[in-house]
Order: sequence, then structure tokens, then C-alpha cells
Amino acid sequence: MASLNDYLLVSGLLFAIGLAGVVIRRNIIIVFMCLELMLSAANLSLIAFSRFNTLEGLPDYNGQMLVFMVIAVAAAEVAVGLAIIVALYRSRQTIHTDELTTLKG
Amino acid sequence: MPQYLFWFFATIMLIGGLAVVSFKNPVASAISVVTCFLGLAGLFIGLSAFFVGIIQILVYAGAVMVLFLFIIMLLDIRAEKARNLSWLATAGGVGLVAFFTIQLVGVLGEPLPNQQAPPLDPETMAAAAENFREDTRIAQSLGEGGLPDVHLIGHKLFTEYNLPLQILGVLLLVATVGVVVLSKRQPERES
Amino acid sequence: MTLAWILFYLPIVTSAVNQLVLRRNPVVPYVATAASALCFLISLVLLGREGEVGFNWATIGDLNIRIALKLDQLSTGMMVIVTGVGLLVHVFSLAYMREDKAVNRYFSGLGLFMFSMTGIVLSANFIMMFIFWELVGLSSYLLISHWYHKNSAADAAKKAFLCNRLGDFSFMIGVLLLWGITGHLTFEGLREWADGGGVAAAPAGVLGAAVLCIFGGAMGKSAQVPLHVWLPDAMEGPTPASALIHAATMVAAGVYMLFRLQLSIGSDAFDNFAGTTIAWIGGITALLAALMATQQDDIKRILAYSTLSQLGYMIMAVGLLAGEAGMFHLYTHAWFKALLFLGAGAVIFACHHQQNIWKMGGLCGRMPITSATFAAGTAALVAIPYVTSGFYSKEEILAAAYSGSTALFAIAVVVAFLTAFYMTRAFVVAFLGKSRSDDASHAREVKPVMWVPLAILAVLSLISAFLTGPLNAYRPHEASLIIVAASVVSLALGLAAGFFLYRGKNKDPLNIPAFRERLYFDGIYDNVIVRYFQDATAAIVHFLDEFLINGLLAGGAARASQGFGNLFRRLHGGSLQAYSFAFGLGVLLVIYFTVFF
Repeated sequence: MASLNDYLLVSGLLFAIGLAGVVIRRNIIIVFMCLELMLSAANLSLIAFSRFNTLEGLPDYNGQMLVFMVIAVAAAEVAVGLAIIVALYRSRQTIHTDELTTLKG
Repeated sequence: MPQYLFWFFATIMLIGGLAVVSFKNPVASAISVVTCFLGLAGLFIGLSAFFVGIIQILVYAGAVMVLFLFIIMLLDIRAEKARNLSWLATAGGVGLVAFFTIQLVGVLGEPLPNQQAPPLDPETMAAAAENFREDTRIAQSLGEGGLPDVHLIGHKLFTEYNLPLQILGVLLLVATVGVVVLSKRQPERES
Repeated sequence: MTLAWILFYLPIVTSAVNQLVLRRNPVVPYVATAASALCFLISLVLLGREGEVGFNWATIGDLNIRIALKLDQLSTGMMVIVTGVGLLVHVFSLAYMREDKAVNRYFSGLGLFMFSMTGIVLSANFIMMFIFWELVGLSSYLLISHWYHKNSAADAAKKAFLCNRLGDFSFMIGVLLLWGITGHLTFEGLREWADGGGVAAAPAGVLGAAVLCIFGGAMGKSAQVPLHVWLPDAMEGPTPASALIHAATMVAAGVYMLFRLQLSIGSDAFDNFAGTTIAWIGGITALLAALMATQQDDIKRILAYSTLSQLGYMIMAVGLLAGEAGMFHLYTHAWFKALLFLGAGAVIFACHHQQNIWKMGGLCGRMPITSATFAAGTAALVAIPYVTSGFYSKEEILAAAYSGSTALFAIAVVVAFLTAFYMTRAFVVAFLGKSRSDDASHAREVKPVMWVPLAILAVLSLISAFLTGPLNAYRPHEASLIIVAASVVSLALGLAAGFFLYRGKNKDPLNIPAFRERLYFDGIYDNVIVRYFQDATAAIVHFLDEFLINGLLAGGAARASQGFGNLFRRLHGGSLQAYSFAFGLGVLLVIYFTVFF
């Protein structure tokens, strides 16, 4: 049996990969995917905690509730985010973050 | 879940994640995300979270990533050929990850309590059945020594988490409407 | 003592009502004139009263500054001069300023001036006197620049104000020095201090310096060399205002103040280098001004320089410890100099604002009353023996100079000769002979409202020396024979020279550029002092402005915020990657500090 530390380590590594992708990649769709990776890494931690802290003999389903919510919100977020990307592409003809510099002060 | 299966799925997941960051072609990245999520779903199921594992595949690997692929196709995005990664961003990302990993190792260096998962054998299930009404499906399943994961989640969702669930429904509705509005072609602005 | 308060406040109240309430109402001049008549009556009633009344104005620790009115022989006598001349000038102005558009402003200015002058004369301490000293300077400024749309008038007003400010600064230092020495600011306190033997005990050098610094104030107000340059230029103001302020009263304030000081701390305090310096400055002023007067063409300027010269006489008398003689001359001089100025005003009015005496001539026949009164004033100024008041007062000063210093006596006699010379010149050129311009040939006698004041002043300038008893003025001893002889000889020589040199001439037979150019005082001031001081001041101001304020304070703050802004603007590169990096780093740091720190 894998220990809780193993799960948390794997989850942290996945989160680190997502973080690196967000910082390194310039294609906004890839950045978005990496964001999803980070969310999933968090989900993995939650599920692991839920399994390793049983409540009256059963896994703690409160943690799984949270994962459920995260997945639902993430789905909504993906839909809206992709719509924004489409609108952005329509107006700017690019999805590369280094060309989107209107925030420059 | 046997140790080797855990490492198997974990490796699939991490390689998939690395591939997402490494591939230049967005379609390849999207496929890698699907791979990653499959590994993740394996881990979920290994943790006895069957329902979450299934919806991870259905919602994420299925719906969400298909949406991604649609958008990639719609925008007609090709691989970044001439576009090299900037060394500054790479250094920043790697530095950040190193920093994070050091912290992660620092935290996980000493084992947390509850290292071993409590067993979910028929005896504990039967004991847990005491908390549910006799005639329900949950009590029956638990009494038979199984783990009625979906039933338990449904029970939780529709009793304790009823209000959040409805808010979630409204959120999804709003997101749908918002997507429709955003995707509508903007009328040309009169200049 | 209520009367004293009324006398004190009436002019300012009238002036304020005129300026703020009545504004453009045509009744303003009459209100002002009525107020000044009332002031004159009150002055006559107060004549000879003694006493002091006042209230605490400011209390700073032990120092108690009062606004107090002091009535004694000196102040009540001076008030009669101020309000008397003031009343006649008001009446004269009714006609003279009738055509002026800003006549109400003019009368408000006169009211302010009367208030300030009353304050100086009645003040019982140096602080109050200083306040009103400044107010007099202000009202003088307002009246000189009455026709402010003329550059020359605006410049003259500025010049007068600046010269006065120089003197006032010295005055303030002197008052503070005196306070430091004696611990008193009131005249009463100073007198007690002096009576208690304070003068002998005080360090002579410091006391002399204090007296000299206070004299600096008189130098500015009474226009002594080298601060005299403003007075001739001040003639840009309306002529009646010149008569009141720059001939009879304000310029005499310096003499009055010095004499007040002499009365308070005693003549002994002047009996050192301070008195000598004052006497010599007075003598030099008298001489130089008389020399400059001989070559002026503008009738008002001639009178202005003669005023300077006579003020020099008075200052000299004060410096020679004969303050009574100075005050006596101030008293007689006020009447006949006001007369001369008002006469000049009448002439200028009749000649359509022609001021050049070479463009006049032959006015004797056309303006008999004005000419007669002007002649009376001239006679008083040149001191025709025994029949004019000027004779008696000038004798006193000559006597003081004779007993004080031979050199100063010689100067005084020369000045007497020059006075006779230039006044004869002015009278002969302006009033005798034939008209030299259309303005002069069309001149007509002025209206009674103008010549009645002239007539009153003419009578006073002849007989005022005999009215010292009723008017409570200072009247020292009789003069000795040698002085009368010197005076008469210099007078005769001056009259003869002036009459025979200028009779029937159409242009000046003498041409002495140095005198005509006022001994180059103005040129030197303009080219050296004003220019270099202006440049130096401009450099200092520029330095302060540019480096201290603009560079360090305002600019420093601006640059600091700009610098910080720029610094943080760099962070806003618009790059999403940079933002996400910063965000991630921040989160990791938060983790670091919460978990590991």
C-alpha cells in the first residue's frame, strides 16, 4: 500500500509541473491546460486525505464533495475561459501571452 | 491498491503532465492532458473514490478536453515553430518549481500521521451500516460488505450539500449563458 | 477723552463707509470733508489737554502693548497742523478732483491717511507708532499711485514704498534696540528711565546706535539723503495729496518722531555721535536739495526739493539738540508749504495740467488771488524778515546751528541764499513776464472753493509765528543780531540774483547738468544699486526657487513619486508570464513564511 506521503508527493509534483507550464509556456491554451493540471493535483490531495482520514469506518466524503464541486466549477471555468480565448483571438488574432501586453503600464 | 499499480498510474500521470508542458503542438498537449487525467483517475479509483474517478474521466478527459480540442481546431492553431521559449521565463519557471519542490520535500520529509490507509474490509463496512437506516440501499450494501460509493455521495450531496449543489447548478447555468454571450460575434463597432 | 477716541477713529470710519458703503455715491467727497472739519474742531478743543487713554492690544508674557492715545503739548499741537492742513486740502480737493473719475477712491485714501497720521501723532508708545508709521507709508503709496494707469505714477509709488520700507526696517531695529537697552516701549516709560539717570548708565555706543537706527526711520519718512529720492517722484500723485502728505504732514512725521524721542529720553542721549550724524545728514540734505531745486523746471518738483531742503533744516535742528526749533519750523513750514503746493495745484489746474514753469508766465495778471497767495507762501519760505512766520522759525534753526557748529551754520546760510534764489526763480518765471504757451495765456482765476483755502493758508503763513501761544506750538527764544544779519544778507543776495537773472527770460540762462540731473542720485541708484541688488536678489530667489523649492521640495517629492512610479511601472510589463511568476513566487513565499519560518 502506498502511503499518504507518496500520494502527496505525486500530487505536489503534478502541481509543480502545472506551475512550471503556466510560467514557461506562452500559448494561452497550454497555460489553461496547465491550470487544469494544478486543479487536478489539488483534487488528488483532497481524495488522498479523504481516504486516509476515515469517518466512522467510511472515507471522509466531505473531501470528495469538495472535489466534486471543484470539478463542476472547473468545467464551468473551462467553458467560460475558452469562450474568452475565442473572443480574444477574434479581436487580437493571437493567443500568445507575450503579444498581449495591453496591461503594460 | 498494490504499490506497483500506484507507481504505474503515478508515472503515467507525471509523464503526461510533463508532456503537456513540453509538446509544442497544442493538440499533442491536449492528448497528453487526457493521458495525465487517465492516470489520475486510476489513482482516484485506487483510493476507493470510484465516483470521482469516473467523473474525472467523463468530465475532464471526455468533455473538457474535447472542448479544448474543438477550440484548438476552431482557432486553427499550429505548432509554435519559430517561437522558442524565452530563457528568462524558463529560468523563472524552473526556479519556481525548484523552490516549490524544496518546500514540498521539506514538508513531506517527516511522515505525516495516518500513513497507512484504514482498511475498508467487510467488518468495518458492516459496522458503518449502523449509522444508516436499516431499509436503505446504503445500509444493505454496507451490510453486505461493499462500499456504495455513489449512493453515499448522493446521500451526502442531497442532504448536507443541498444548497451548494443548487448554487453550483446556477453557476453552471450562468456559465452557459456567459459562454453564449461571449461567443456571439460582436457587432462591428461604428467608428 | 472720548473726544480723543472720536478724533482717532472718525477718519477711518468715514473712509471705510465711503469706500465700502457709499462707493460711487457723489456725496462721498462732502462726507469726507465734513469728517475732516469735525476732526479739526476736535483738535482745537483738545488743544492743550494732557493725559493718556488706551487699551491693551497684545500681551506677550510681561510685555504689554497698548493702543494708547497720548495728549500733550506736542501731540495736540501737531494734531492741529495735521487736521487743519487736512481740512483745507479736503476743501481744495473738492474742486481740484471734481473731474477725476476715481474721486471717491481719492477721498477714501485721504481718510486713511488722516487716520494713520492721527495714529502716529497720538501714539503713546513706539509699537503703535510703528504700526501707524507703516499705515502712513501705505496710504502715501495709495495716493501717489492714484493715477496708477500712468507708469510714472505707479513707479513713483513703488519707489516711495520701497524707500520707506528701508527706513522702516531701520526704525524697527532701532525701537527693538532701545527696548533692549531700556526695557520700555512707551514714551512715558522712556522718560522715567531717562529721569532715573538711565542715559548716563547705558552704554553710549549702543544707545547712539539705537538712536541712529530710529533716525533711519525718519530718514525714510522725511526723505533725507540718501533715501530722499522718492519724494520728488512722489509728485506724480494728485497735487492736493502732495500738499497734505509730501509737504506738510507725513514727511514731517520723521521730525515729529525724532523730537518725540528727544523729549522722552532727553537731549543727552543725542549728545554724541548720533546727534552729530543726524545734524550733518540734515545739513547735507538741505544743501543738496537746494542745489537740485535751482535747476528744476517742474513747479511741483521745485517745491518738492524745497520741502526736502526745509526737512533737512528741521532734522539738522533736532540733531543739534534744538528740537524745539525743528518743531517750530515744522509748524510754520506746514502752513506755507501746503499753501505753495495748493497754489501750484491751482496754477496747474488753471493751466490745464501744465507743470513746466517755462510754459507758464504772466499768471500774475490772470490769477491775481492765486499769485498773491503764492507770493505770500514764497515770502514765508524765503523768510522775509519780521513779517513772515518762516523768518522766525528759520532764525531759530540758524541760531541752533550757530551755537552748534560753524560748518553747519555756513551750510544753513548758503541754503537760505539758495532757497531765496530758486523760489524767486520759480515765481519770476511762472508768474511774471508774459505767457509762453497757450495753456498759460488762457488761464483764469480759480473758483472760491479753491482760493479760499489758499487765502486762509496765506494769512496763516504770514502770522502763524505769532499764534504759537493759542495754538500751543513750540516757540524758542529770540535770535541774535548776527544771525538776523546773515539771514537778511543771504536773502537779499538770493532775491536779487533770482530776480535779475530770470526776469524776462524765455529759457534758463543757467545750465548745470549735475543739478538738473539731481546730482545723479537716481541714475546711480538705478544703475548700480537697483540693478545689482535686483540681479543678486533675482539670483538668490532663483536659487531658492529652482534648487531648494523646485529641486528639492516640490521637485524632490515629485521625482520621488515619479521614481517609485517608474520602478513599479517596470513591473507592469504587461507580460502574463511575469505576472504569473510574481504570483507564484508570492504564494510560495507565503508558504515559506507560514510553514518554515
